[in-house]
Amino acid sequence: MIKVKINGQEQSWDGDPDLPLLWFLRDEAGLTGTKFGCGKALCGACTVIIDKEAVRSCITSINDVAGREVTTIEGLHPEGDDPVQKAWRQVNVPQCGFCQAGQIMQAAALLMDNPKPSHDQIREAMAGNICRCGCYQRIENAVHLASTGV
Amino acid sequence: MNFIDNPRKLRGFEKHLKVEKVSRRSILKGLGITGGFVLAAPVMSRQAFAYETGAGKMPHGVVVDPRVFVAVAPEGTVTIVAHRSEMGTGVRTSLPLIVAEEMEADWSKVRVQQAHGDEVKFGNQDTDGSRSTRHYLLPMRQIGAAARTMLEQAAAKRWGVPATEVKAVNHEVVHSASGRKLGFGELAADAAKESVPAIEGLKLKDPKDFRYLGKGQISIVDLHDITTGKAQYGGDVRLPGMKHAVIARPPVTGGKLTSFDPDAALKVPGVEKVMQVRGWPWPSKFQPLGGVAVIARNTGAAIKGRDALKLVWDDGANGKYDSVAYRKDLEEASRKPGLVVRKEGDADAALKSADKVIVGEYYIPHLAHVSMEPPVAVADVKGDKAEIWAPVQSPGGTREDVAKTLGIPEGNVTVNVTLLGGGFGRKSKCDYALEAALLSKELGAPVKVQWTREDDIHNGFLHTVSAERIEAGLDKDGKVIAWRHRSVAPSIASTFAAGTVHQAPFELGMGLVDMPFEIANISCENPEAAAHTRIGWFRSVSNIPRAFAVQSMVGEIANATGRDQKETLLALIGTPRIVKPAVKDMWNYGEPYDSYPIDTARLRKVVELVAEKGEWGRQVPKGHGLGIAVHRSFVSYIATIVEVAVDEKGKLTVPRVDTAIDCGTYVNPERIASQIEGAAIMGLSLAKYGQVTFKDGKVEQNNFDDFQVVRIDEAPLVTNVHIMPPGADTPPSGVGEPGVPPFAPALMNAIFAATGKRIRSLPIGKQLEA
Repeated sequence: MIKVKINGQEQSWDGDPDLPLLWFLRDEAGLTGTKFGCGKALCGACTVIIDKEAVRSCITSINDVAGREVTTIEGLHPEGDDPVQKAWRQVNVPQCGFCQAGQIMQAAALLMDNPKPSHDQIREAMAGNICRCGCYQRIENAVHLASTGV
Repeated sequence: MNFIDNPRKLRGFEKHLKVEKVSRRSILKGLGITGGFVLAAPVMSRQAFAYETGAGKMPHGVVVDPRVFVAVAPEGTVTIVAHRSEMGTGVRTSLPLIVAEEMEADWSKVRVQQAHGDEVKFGNQDTDGSRSTRHYLLPMRQIGAAARTMLEQAAAKRWGVPATEVKAVNHEVVHSASGRKLGFGELAADAAKESVPAIEGLKLKDPKDFRYLGKGQISIVDLHDITTGKAQYGGDVRLPGMKHAVIARPPVTGGKLTSFDPDAALKVPGVEKVMQVRGWPWPSKFQPLGGVAVIARNTGAAIKGRDALKLVWDDGANGKYDSVAYRKDLEEASRKPGLVVRKEGDADAALKSADKVIVGEYYIPHLAHVSMEPPVAVADVKGDKAEIWAPVQSPGGTREDVAKTLGIPEGNVTVNVTLLGGGFGRKSKCDYALEAALLSKELGAPVKVQWTREDDIHNGFLHTVSAERIEAGLDKDGKVIAWRHRSVAPSIASTFAAGTVHQAPFELGMGLVDMPFEIANISCENPEAAAHTRIGWFRSVSNIPRAFAVQSMVGEIANATGRDQKETLLALIGTPRIVKPAVKDMWNYGEPYDSYPIDTARLRKVVELVAEKGEWGRQVPKGHGLGIAVHRSFVSYIATIVEVAVDEKGKLTVPRVDTAIDCGTYVNPERIASQIEGAAIMGLSLAKYGQVTFKDGKVEQNNFDDFQVVRIDEAPLVTNVHIMPPGADTPPSGVGEPGVPPFAPALMNAIFAATGKRIRSLPIGKQLEA
């Protein structure tokens, strides 16, 4: 039996220990905010935060996170008012929106580690997250805004 | 009114009769709210357009009926139906906003409800071709005006005053003479008893009184849900007892399953079943390719199970498709005469007598859409009824195709449209919904079919591959006197009909025969090309290769004559005029030519606007270059200036992009800017990396590591969008697609300015490193 804390709630799993965390979240725990985009840690749509670090849940097995604390987009802030989320809305970042949960989690992890990232640091930290609609200019602006106070 | 001349209009007319019979109950039930507009009288007219569009000629036409699109609840909430699909353009916000504007509804009291697929009820729902605003600006205004008029009439009756003395203002009707006011909610029940006014007599708001339209201060309705993970996309639907499936499909288009061994797959924990999926022979429009489905309790188990399948395929006739060999064939064909699709003057003779002939051979490979959400659909089929939840651009078409595939009446199929995690034309093809329907029927349980990224790239409906060859003949003064453009590419029509070897009119009309330059001798030709994979619409479609070739050639002419790119471009565009190409029944994005002609005055103006705002001719650092391109597509006019920097190792960066767009009358400039910013990224992606290639009939790319797209660290540092203020009564035109085509040629012209290297073959790849 694998136990893992997700958004503050303890969850358990006695199936395949190799199951990617992404599919546990989406199909077993019903947390569909975390998205499937590539399955190979190439696009960042599945990004969650584990112990203050941005992690690609599509290549992380449920077994690897046993006993650890996972935060998904649903758990980032109870009202959805994390500074990153607020900045995202203020800048009108999304187009289709599908990649944005992963983008927001990546940006939130960046700001936990580095509260005032430079232009280059933002671009470097966010380069693992693809947006096919091409919202990059706004993503960068929103991370700046979140880091300077919304 | 005579509907008989056009059978599609006839269908639309019959549909209207049906709408009249809809009972009060069903309308309220349909909208899922209490209270509302419910009217006895029919709304017949839908022809009173201030300008004509092609909307009425789309399958099922347009429905202008407030009873279908608007409901007012007694507590005041106004519900407005969005009948087009949201894939990132903002249409789910923009269309209801138009209704709210004209109705004088307060946007903060408006709720948007997504329509299910039902074109009889809602009119055409195909969200493609950059058509939504251009076809629906006026109908949505009319719907809002009709609703407002009914509320005003109800208030006037209540107060016993003439309707001309009352006015709807921000969710209330006001009688200013007496100072009386009634909220929309208080009037809902009475307004429902009013007859729907004739469209012809409706008084539309004066645009100077607009509160929302053209302002750009309204965020998309799904913004909060998107930032909190609550927004529901195709794969987020959960039904009791739902199974998770992935499918192994034939790796070669037209291939078939020879045999399979499910044993290892069935041993994977969580896998419940392995079953064959019916496939249709190629080409068969959007019908599934067939293969083997793995059914599991979660998607991870299904994927692992699929990896364990032993499969033997018969690749069939396309097993020899090889992109290297095929490119040679296309280029050979482009060097020989082909089907002449536009002829003015005598291009052959003029090229022979020209002082100088410049030849450009351009190549643009297959592209995959790779929307961030791969195709996915949920189906629940019970007996002869089917319910679908899917991110589809064509809810009405999906309903038709599900009904046909299952052999059940269309009325028994419900298609619920989720948000689309990107579309770009891929989700105009509903094959994934058909797969889910077939599996659910056989399983007797709800099922979700999830495509992986590899599936998306291997088994999609790719953008065509094309060779574009242009010969430009110049006289001794450097004036272009002859133009021959041969375009060779497999057609989208090949996905619908075997044996297709020529482009369809709608493809020829995307940048080939509608070429706007003022040249005396023109020949546009379309040599034959047979398809060996499924070809489909990709954002901007044939405009991508055509604008790439035509606008790169402008740069080549500028270089050959030693003139400025922009001046060369304006000289080629020529005098301000309406272009009338010598093409029989030229396709004009489905729009009547009188409303949407090729107007070179507008084309010149976007060039001048971008040159002014983008500071054309500015000094740039060493290793940098500026390039310009303009292209009319989806009846909009777009010009782009790209500044590129190429370092000594050939590494390319884009410090600045400026794009000017003239899309006529517009609704939401903030979303226009986001579309154009995104188009620069997609243009840069296809220019730098975009290519899908085949070997032994199979796609060689798999995922985002070998089908790359631009990431944030390569994005332009600044993208400025300059929106042309609309002229009086300029009809609205497309926004979603036209931003892409001019980007790549503007970049190539910039690279040439920076390095002296002319890139004629996409993607750029390592060409600058040499």
